[in-house]
Amino acid sequence: MAVTPPPVVLAARGLTRQYPGVRALDGVDLTLRAGEIHALLGENGAGKSTLINLLTGAQPRDGGTITVDGVAIDPDGPGGAVKAGIAAVYQEITLLPNLSVAQNLYLGREPTRWGLVHRSRMNREGGALLRRFGLAIDASRPLSDFSTAVQQLIAIARAVDLSAKVLILDEPTASLDTAEVQTLFTLLRVLRDQGLAIVFVTHFLDQVYALTDRITVLRNGRLVGERRTADLPRLDLVAMMLGKTPTAESHLSRRPAAAIPAGAPLVRAEGLGRRRLVGAFDAALHAGAVLGAAGLLGSGRTETALLLFGVETADQGQLLVDGKAVTLRSPRDAIRLGFGFCPEDRKLDGIVAGLSIRENIVLALQAKRGWWRRLSTAQQHELADRYIKLLDIRTPDAEKPIQLLSGGNQQKALLARWLATEPRLLILDEPTRGIDVGAHAEIVRLLEDLRDRGMALYVISSEIEEVAAYSDRVLVMRDRAPAGLLEGDSITPAAIVNAIAADHHTQGAA
Amino acid sequence: MSAFILIRLKAARPQLALLVLALLVNVFVAPGFLDLRLQDGRLFGGLIDILNRGAPVMLLAVGMAPVIATRGIDLSVGVIMAISGAVAAAGVNAGLAWPLAILAALATGLVCGLWNGLLVAVFRLQPIVATLILMVAGRGIAQLITEGRILTFTEPHLIAVAGATLAALPLPVVLALAAAGLTGLLVRTTALGLFVEAVGTNPRSSRLAGVHTSLVLGAVYVWSGLMAALAGLIATADIKGADANNAGLWLELDAILAVVIGGTSLYGGRFSIGRSVLGALVLQAMRTAILRAGLPPELNLVLMALVVAAVLTQQSPAFRPLAQSLLARFKNKEAQA
Amino acid sequence: MDMKTLLGSRKISRQGLARRMLGIGTAVLLGSLAAGCDSGDKKGLTVGFSQIGSESGWRAAETKLARQGAEQRGITLKFSDAQQRQENQIKAVRSFIAQGVDAILLAPVVSSGWDEVLGEAKAANIPVILLDRQIDTPNVDLYLTAVTSDTIEEGRVAGRWLAGKVQGRDCRIVEIQGTVGASLVANRKKGFEEAIATAPNLHLVRTQSGEFTRAKGKEVMEGFLKAEAPGSICAVYAHNDDMMIGAIQAIKEAGLKPGTDILTVSIDGVPDIFKAMADGDANATVELAPDMAPRAYDILLAYRKDHAPPPKWVQTPSKLYEPDTAAAEYARRKDLY
Repeated sequence: MAVTPPPVVLAARGLTRQYPGVRALDGVDLTLRAGEIHALLGENGAGKSTLINLLTGAQPRDGGTITVDGVAIDPDGPGGAVKAGIAAVYQEITLLPNLSVAQNLYLGREPTRWGLVHRSRMNREGGALLRRFGLAIDASRPLSDFSTAVQQLIAIARAVDLSAKVLILDEPTASLDTAEVQTLFTLLRVLRDQGLAIVFVTHFLDQVYALTDRITVLRNGRLVGERRTADLPRLDLVAMMLGKTPTAESHLSRRPAAAIPAGAPLVRAEGLGRRRLVGAFDAALHAGAVLGAAGLLGSGRTETALLLFGVETADQGQLLVDGKAVTLRSPRDAIRLGFGFCPEDRKLDGIVAGLSIRENIVLALQAKRGWWRRLSTAQQHELADRYIKLLDIRTPDAEKPIQLLSGGNQQKALLARWLATEPRLLILDEPTRGIDVGAHAEIVRLLEDLRDRGMALYVISSEIEEVAAYSDRVLVMRDRAPAGLLEGDSITPAAIVNAIAADHHTQGAA
Repeated sequence: MSAFILIRLKAARPQLALLVLALLVNVFVAPGFLDLRLQDGRLFGGLIDILNRGAPVMLLAVGMAPVIATRGIDLSVGVIMAISGAVAAAGVNAGLAWPLAILAALATGLVCGLWNGLLVAVFRLQPIVATLILMVAGRGIAQLITEGRILTFTEPHLIAVAGATLAALPLPVVLALAAAGLTGLLVRTTALGLFVEAVGTNPRSSRLAGVHTSLVLGAVYVWSGLMAALAGLIATADIKGADANNAGLWLELDAILAVVIGGTSLYGGRFSIGRSVLGALVLQAMRTAILRAGLPPELNLVLMALVVAAVLTQQSPAFRPLAQSLLARFKNKEAQA
Repeated sequence: MDMKTLLGSRKISRQGLARRMLGIGTAVLLGSLAAGCDSGDKKGLTVGFSQIGSESGWRAAETKLARQGAEQRGITLKFSDAQQRQENQIKAVRSFIAQGVDAILLAPVVSSGWDEVLGEAKAANIPVILLDRQIDTPNVDLYLTAVTSDTIEEGRVAGRWLAGKVQGRDCRIVEIQGTVGASLVANRKKGFEEAIATAPNLHLVRTQSGEFTRAKGKEVMEGFLKAEAPGSICAVYAHNDDMMIGAIQAIKEAGLKPGTDILTVSIDGVPDIFKAMADGDANATVELAPDMAPRAYDILLAYRKDHAPPPKWVQTPSKLYEPDTAAAEYARRKDLY
């Protein structure tokens, strides 16, 4: 693209950040040039947020240097970074919705007259500033009058107006629709052409290729590499993010295709989807078989589970259970049909911290039975003890508060919660996330065991090799829409990575 | 079963200790306080007085405990007392048969609770705001029913709600204990207790586990409304008149305090009906002691506030380490000196 | 006087809220009514009356008498209900000024903050008469006169009656006060103590706050009966009739005969105390006359005739009633309240 490389605006070298027990960022370099849009990519725990926090001074660094225009800076607090010309806009807009647009734009630096805020001037200048960003709106209206997209643009306008060298955008498109994304991109291209260096964090690979000039990939707190976008094939990018070379063979053995049950599926999703959540996808779940779901973070993989379990209600397509169309309006509808769901965020959506292991295990079964048919205390103890033994949950007894368990044991307790309901379909979102290696293998073995006993499983995971190993079919999601379905022998980590990386034109070729 | 009760008693040790302490103060103030005597088939004595006077707040606490366990609060119970009392009094004065008047009053409480439950569970208003609406508007409703007067009545059966004797105990005591027993049975022999605690601790997880969260939320407010209506009947029968301005005034705060003294956190989760009732009795015993001590009335509120502050700080998880570190520092200074 | 309205207490502000929510419609209605009967009687006076609210029976009676008295005298009354809020009263007074009324009656909800608006009335040459409460102002010229009761005198009348009633006998008296902190309460206590100080045989042995309510009055009296040796209480003095009605119930429930075993004297003259007296359950009440507006009309008419300024404080009589006239008084009052 550029004939002579543009000047470097920001150079970070060897940035390190240590948390108790874990090195969140380990000697990472980042180079930003004037007039470029630079994608910062990585899966969960890669260190993107930590890197941004060190650049904006929201967290102190434990090692490394940051220079802006060749001058070493020390972004102690957010003010320091702003002075050096670094500004950030986060996914969750951090402006104040009840103040006016102009008040938000000039918060902390209001134009004054005789020591008082010069409101009319502030509104006038605010309006003029926004017009430069292609927004013709009345700056005296409250921020909450405007859509998320407009608020996002206002936040960018404020950030750029504050300090116009480096602009960091953390998932700015996460809650925007297609048209709004285009508006944002147009603005970002204008800003780039004015010489701004823009850091763009996203989970949407299409947007990376549509917008950015250069890519830095992090994984597990380390720098994987920096490439020019034009020179980096999607496949290589995904491989960099996932840390797998696409040619690697699975070391886990998959069961032979002959063992996979055929026939009518228990649950079939046909074009199921919900606006702004996830695009229409198909899925078939057979008794005694595993449907895996793969995709990057934010690809829509979790959202498919939310629709299948009635956490969100679909507004398109249909869901067939035993061949009959059903509408799921709440998790209770799904549970009545014999579904179970272990969510991704165990703490927030899974365990009921404060209640005992026993109570956590019996909760779903009790809810299914209704409030008037209480499981007797003896029954509860029997159930809890049985599953503690069966799943080898490490605890002295069932009456301990569940939050005292390790991550792996909490996950097993949640599994026990659903197994107690004797489900026909179990949906698991990242069942092995944040679990130590030993428990990891145990849980995979458990899943295989459940499958062999005739349960239908839908397992969402970012562990490509694992998904490839135990899945009979794999649904690949990308950019909130299905990107392919792999079956039988075509399921290999390489094929999954390929499907994740394929752009729209090659979609379906897998 | 007996082991079960022992476990529960063990959990209630702080509340029992407080109650014993408050009763000891009463004995100190009035030496004959603990004496019980049977006269005309009814027990008399200081303990009975505390139970009898404490009955309305006991009832409110019984309804309030599950509400607070869902991380909610019901500020309208005092007002529901006034409305239900007004309905009963206006009913008998208009010639309604007394059983119908009582049913109407209880139904009024149910409707009020349903309204609160609807706002909280369906319209997702914050409980403090949702119940504030009725708390503010409800006195006006009660005043409309009584036309601003104290509606005096002479219907003997309605008066008997507060005056009759059952099993040698004043009827309000029997009613409050029965309501507490019934509620305890209801939450512990069905799964309601588990659902209430689960919803109060983590509503998202509970919903994903299939708990009908809005039903649970609605139910606790309906129950609280019913308990408040019963308390209102007792308070109204006690003075043989419906006083829209003053019936149940500020008692919602007493009920919340009773539940908190009973060890239920305002952040929801674990709750106990029995301990909440003990909390209500602790409050009443303290009030009786202050009343009988013959202290200047100006001191009542101050004393009450001091005792409550002491009780609650003692329960606070932040207090013990703080007290210990202060104590350590004090000892250090002493050693240096 | 109705005590609750005299207190700047939390109770009032809350009822105010309640009334405000319900009262918006009423206020609009009243406003349009007031506008509607504008130029009724050409030669008669037009008087504006800013009333505090309608929170109690006494206040309702005061309003009713204000309307009746105006009609009898051919006065056009513009009435405004302030829903317990001073700003509403200020608005009402301003609107009366704008309408060019001949005089303004004001029952002030609080005692301070009137200087400006009363200054406006004075500038417009419209006399203002305060009803039922005084205000704090350095400039007493701002109002023509204040028609209120003498609250110290009320206590004295009660005390003197008691002294006369027991003659030289030794008498242990218990007192049920109103809500702590109100000047009214201090005055009724002071007057009573002054009166009994002259009789060495009268001893005030216990005093407690019954917060002006029936329920608390009953609870406090129960406490007194328990705390004092059986049969040793000779008389009870309550700062209002409502508390006394509660106390009478407590005395009955203790197996004693109120009015005979224990003498009663209280203040206000509400219908229910006359009923109690007629039934032989109570001995005396000191009336707080609700006819303050008619008195004000007469002062106003006299002032317009001879232009001699009336005294700054016109005290309504504090008349004591005994059982002999109780039945008749009850019949006379029961529809007024």
